[in-house]
Amino acid sequence: MENTIYTISVYAENNIGLLNRISAIFLKRHINLESFSTSASEIPDVFRFVIVVHSDAERVRKIVQQIEKQVDVIKAFYHTDEETIFQENALYKVKSSSLFEERHIQNIIKSSHATIVTVSPEFFVIEKTGFREETEQLRKDLAPYGLLQFVRSGRISVTKAKMGISDILNSFKNNN
Amino acid sequence: METKTKTAGDQTQTKSLHISGAEAVVRCLLAEGSDIIYGYPGGAIMPIYDELYKFQDQLHHVLTRHEQGATHAAQGFARTSGKVGVAMATSGPGATNLVTGIADAQIDSTPMVCITGQVASHLLGSDAFQETDIIGISTPVTKWNYQITKASEIPEIMAKAFYIARSGRPGPVLIDITKDAQFETFDFIYKKCTGIRSYSPYPELSSADLKQALKLIDQAKNPMVVWGQGVILGNAEEEFKIFLEKSGIPAAWTILGLSALPTDHPSNRGMVGMHGNYAPNLLTNQCDLLIAIGMRFDDRVTGDLNTYAKQAKIIHLELDPAEVNKNVHADVALLSDCKISLRELNKHIKTKTYPEWIARFDALDKIEYEKVIESDLFPKKEGLTMGESVEMINKYSNNDAVIVTDVGQHQMVACRYAKFSQSKSNVTSGGLGTMGFALPAAIGAKMGAPHREVVAVIGDGGYQMTIQELGTIFQQQVAVKIVVLNNDFLGMVRQWQQLFFDKRYASTEMVNPDFVTIAQGFRIKGKRVEKREELDAAVKEMMASKKPYFLEVCVEKEDNVFPMIPTGASVSDIRLE
Repeated sequence: MENTIYTISVYAENNIGLLNRISAIFLKRHINLESFSTSASEIPDVFRFVIVVHSDAERVRKIVQQIEKQVDVIKAFYHTDEETIFQENALYKVKSSSLFEERHIQNIIKSSHATIVTVSPEFFVIEKTGFREETEQLRKDLAPYGLLQFVRSGRISVTKAKMGISDILNSFKNNN
Repeated sequence: METKTKTAGDQTQTKSLHISGAEAVVRCLLAEGSDIIYGYPGGAIMPIYDELYKFQDQLHHVLTRHEQGATHAAQGFARTSGKVGVAMATSGPGATNLVTGIADAQIDSTPMVCITGQVASHLLGSDAFQETDIIGISTPVTKWNYQITKASEIPEIMAKAFYIARSGRPGPVLIDITKDAQFETFDFIYKKCTGIRSYSPYPELSSADLKQALKLIDQAKNPMVVWGQGVILGNAEEEFKIFLEKSGIPAAWTILGLSALPTDHPSNRGMVGMHGNYAPNLLTNQCDLLIAIGMRFDDRVTGDLNTYAKQAKIIHLELDPAEVNKNVHADVALLSDCKISLRELNKHIKTKTYPEWIARFDALDKIEYEKVIESDLFPKKEGLTMGESVEMINKYSNNDAVIVTDVGQHQMVACRYAKFSQSKSNVTSGGLGTMGFALPAAIGAKMGAPHREVVAVIGDGGYQMTIQELGTIFQQQVAVKIVVLNNDFLGMVRQWQQLFFDKRYASTEMVNPDFVTIAQGFRIKGKRVEKREELDAAVKEMMASKKPYFLEVCVEKEDNVFPMIPTGASVSDIRLE
């Protein structure tokens, strides 16, 4: 079966140890993660994990079944890139002298639709949100001018389809 | 947390008690119906043990000789009683010693709550004396775990622990309690947990799937059932029996499904899997419909998945959604407690018989009897066999003992030949294959079913892994019967070395001590049998004893267990010799 990128979304309680429990499911199967991010979700008190893996459909289905089996997990889904809207965020720290001395660097920033977050006498920080290829391209473009630091966030994504978490929580409330 | 768990109003204790966290733990155990727990004290759990001292007339604590023994005893207790087993240990090494038993309970779906002491919360992460990250260590092998650092968390977390351990597909839960939380006092009110919003243990049976399943059953010409422990865990033995009797479908068991149906029931066609019976293994690849009930298609059952029952339609009755389509694709999955799905099937199933199909089982049974069983049970050679020893236990237990087994050749032989007349009578380590399981598990098994005869059948290797539990058996006067089938080898590994490693017997020969003297050292009556003519009287005497009894049977050193499906081979490649 063909390997591709899958985005796994997990809605869960915000309990200590759940992160470990979910990452253990990948560890047990010798699977490396492309990215992992956690945040609040649209529902108060419910946490959301977004995990990106390179895998085949069969494998990712079984992993999601195992994730959903965890007591503190409300619901887990997996989607292909076509089924989601996703972004990553990257920060680039560059010497201030480069900005002032190299005219070309200003063009790079402009054409990449990146924004300057901070400027100080020593360095400035550029922020770029976009797809992996876009943040990666900007990193390559800035490298010749002396990139002091570079960091990229995990993928965050929302699905095109409805998630229905509130329905699950409401039905628990109504049935109990 | 109040919004996330549901508690039962009728069990609400109206007046709160101002007590310590330690006392609260004991009161929670009592409220959950525990009257026997297994454990080992130590520094970080001393406040709870101090309360156990005060409550000893209501809650019997069994001091095992090792924390691993406490978990296996709790498992044995759970398996024969159907209740949640409880094991307790201190922090650090006490907690890590629980891990094997927890992993065993996880893979064999045994309801168990483990309580560990932990260093005081202000010391967490400081590498304090006997500090270990048991939450991190136990995460992959528990159904759920939680660290309590405040006494006020105790009632809700303990209620959740028991609810999670016993509901849905059961499993082990570990609760780690810091020492300061045990000392802290608070206003205690206990409410039983009846629901958790992120956890749905009982999926609802779909009527469309049910209809589809009935259609497949109706169309089948050569159907067969393979059942597992789900039938026992779901208390569905009666519904299962009715299903088999009405449908006329022959049925075979996985090792953990054993005893859900009496051995002599006409629909019972024996064991599937690596050392299972010839007929059900071969016919798995000839049936046109395989109905899997409460089993998970373990690799020891299926052999090579690419050639497993490919010709058959598959119906899978399963409670755990993660097991559906995990190893074998199901044409229809009845996702529900099998007690419910079987009851629904029974309402509509047609009464049928399959004489020609059954005759094929009979013919293959005859071949297996002639090539394997006859010489196992009624040997003509000089050396004693494991099979005849088990057959002798059948004779003097009236096929009605709880049989506890360890792991290896003796386990396969005992499961193949032990006869059962009631459910919850087979206690063994199936999924994890934990040597050392049987002796402590037998302690719990007897305490969980005190009126039943409990016979532990153990190999000489596994016996020595937890042999110290003889001390527990003596101290508690647990009337278990211990049978060690001694071949002075780690027999199953030796068998594989013989068959697949050109008889290079690397580290499998055991120079054993005098087991009878050891038993006697623990003040347990012991006997050794070396000749066939001594076996009958020895087993008779053992079964008549009202006290713990040890019997060593010196069996043939290099016997092999057959039939056998070599690892990775197809079920149809089963070998008889």
